[in-house]
Amino acid sequence: MTQFLQQLINGLSLGSIYALIALGYTMVYGILKLINFAHGEVFMVGAYTGFYAAGALGVVGFEAHNQAFPLYLALLVLIIAMAAAALLGVTIEFLAYRPVRSAPRLTPLITAIGVSLFLQNAGMLLFSPNPQRYPAILSEVRFEWFGVIVTNIKLTIFAVALCLMLGLHLFVQRTWTGRAMRALSFNIDAARLMGIDTNRVIRSTFAIGSALAAAGGILFGLDQITINPLMGVLTGLKAFVAAVLGGIGSIPGAVVGGLLIGLAEQLTAGYLSPEYRDAITFLILILILLLKPEGLLGVVRVEKV
Amino acid sequence: MRAAVRVAIAGAVLLAIYALRLGVEAAFTEYVQRIILLAGINVILAVGLNLINGTTGQFSIGHAGFMAVGAYGAAFVGVKLAGPVHGALGSGAFSDAIVFNLALLAGALFAGVSGLIVGMPSLRLRGDYLAVVTLGFGEIIRILFNNAAFLGSATGYFGDDPSGLPAYTNFFWVFAWVSAVVVGIHNLTFSQTGRSLTAIREDEIAAEAMATPSTRLKVTAFAISAATAGIAGGLFAHMQAGVRPEDFRFEKSIDMIVMIIVGGLGSISGAILGGIFVAVSLELMRDLQQYRLVLYALLLIVIMIVRPQGLLGTRELHHLLRRKKTAQPATPTESA
Repeated sequence: MTQFLQQLINGLSLGSIYALIALGYTMVYGILKLINFAHGEVFMVGAYTGFYAAGALGVVGFEAHNQAFPLYLALLVLIIAMAAAALLGVTIEFLAYRPVRSAPRLTPLITAIGVSLFLQNAGMLLFSPNPQRYPAILSEVRFEWFGVIVTNIKLTIFAVALCLMLGLHLFVQRTWTGRAMRALSFNIDAARLMGIDTNRVIRSTFAIGSALAAAGGILFGLDQITINPLMGVLTGLKAFVAAVLGGIGSIPGAVVGGLLIGLAEQLTAGYLSPEYRDAITFLILILILLLKPEGLLGVVRVEKV
Repeated sequence: MRAAVRVAIAGAVLLAIYALRLGVEAAFTEYVQRIILLAGINVILAVGLNLINGTTGQFSIGHAGFMAVGAYGAAFVGVKLAGPVHGALGSGAFSDAIVFNLALLAGALFAGVSGLIVGMPSLRLRGDYLAVVTLGFGEIIRILFNNAAFLGSATGYFGDDPSGLPAYTNFFWVFAWVSAVVVGIHNLTFSQTGRSLTAIREDEIAAEAMATPSTRLKVTAFAISAATAGIAGGLFAHMQAGVRPEDFRFEKSIDMIVMIIVGGLGSISGAILGGIFVAVSLELMRDLQQYRLVLYALLLIVIMIVRPQGLLGTRELHHLLRRKKTAQPATPTESA
């Protein structure tokens, strides 16, 4: 029982990171029907921006003096990384996706694969291919509740992810841009006819999705201790599966899917074998495509000519 | 009568390849010969991948996974068959050839079956799910081979003999298989089934309205494509002492995509040119190893923005040379 609770806590914190990344996939897919393969790499760049920002703010100095890195600086690191990733996402959209937006479906897909590959390899050249230890912008405190070990890092991951997801929910439901996003995902041509500047709304979608991925990247670095330039490949794939599991295009679906994938992965690692923790995601994807391709919270769309 | 003509042509082609082999082995260094063999293997990969990505318009980005299945399958079956076949037929070039080709077919069968398993759930749906599923498959299959103790885990499979796998692969076998795959895929592409595949690419709903069984055809094309990648894998495996999981990383899948996109999605001659291009450019860029993938990535993006149909588009070289008014696979009247 204790072990189960332990895996549950680990799974939920990992799952909330997947959920943050999955939101970006689902938002872009909802509007452009494009699998943004580069999203995993935006997550990676976000993590590295946090890494360098923390370095510039002197996190190592604090460690050396046995002092905790102040919380406001940790927040600053988060904001810098989110802003940088948002900028990157908007740039990718402008340079690579916009020119091919009206082309046949395969063209943007290949472009997205190209961007993803470019960022992975540019990352290896810029950041070195070796894994880097993530700076301790939060110093770890352990609690023990009923034999279950909980760290403040796991709690922070959960809290930060929850705040961001609530913020996104309010944004999409309550603001003008959020309503425009929903309109675009419903029918992009009709939205344009209603006088919505579709380019601007698509740009904000990329900015928000990328910022959330960057937050996920920093939380991932805190959780997994090391980062490397290829971290976005498998994590991005898992987050995409989370989006499909929840129902691609659905924002609550991405959150549910992310948490479920995180749980499934941790439980597999804990009870079966750590070697199969990556394979379980793939199995889930195959099963969901076979049994309920619209996802848990997705809507069945009738194909019209 | 026509069958006899075909057998005669096939025999002549094989003889020509055999004669070429003698010439190539006399004229070129080992190094150049290796590049020629790799180019041949690339052509098989590219023509096979083009069937699903180009002609059918369903995008696979994990074909290295099927190549891996074929490589491991062929290596394993080859090692296990060698004993009994040599016992029955004696050891020599003839029994080696039998073992090798049976092993390649076994590798193709394994790869084709894994193609069916991967394709059936993901090709039922419209959309880009195949891309994600194949990406996942390529990663997972490598993890499985990394952990499969009877296939040597991470060090790779080198057979039971300490000197490694037998070096069956040579110019003759590579290009005999290249001819078989190219002719086979060409005939399929320009058959009625091939036209149905093109119809699915152009407009799946319209194709279904014309009673085209789109799911069945997509899955079949995908399995054939996976099987050809398996043949290429088997040939690749017997070029070196063993097969290792890291030979089939994601980069390998990207190499294949570059082959078919440079040449033109949907064009068989384009895929052939693309396969050769990648084999040669890999050698030329050997010193720039760390920049290679950055350049490939930029190449992909730029081609997609500037000329998304690739060098040849869906045209075939021999159609251009014949100077008919641009014959496309969509209307292959003369080759039916």
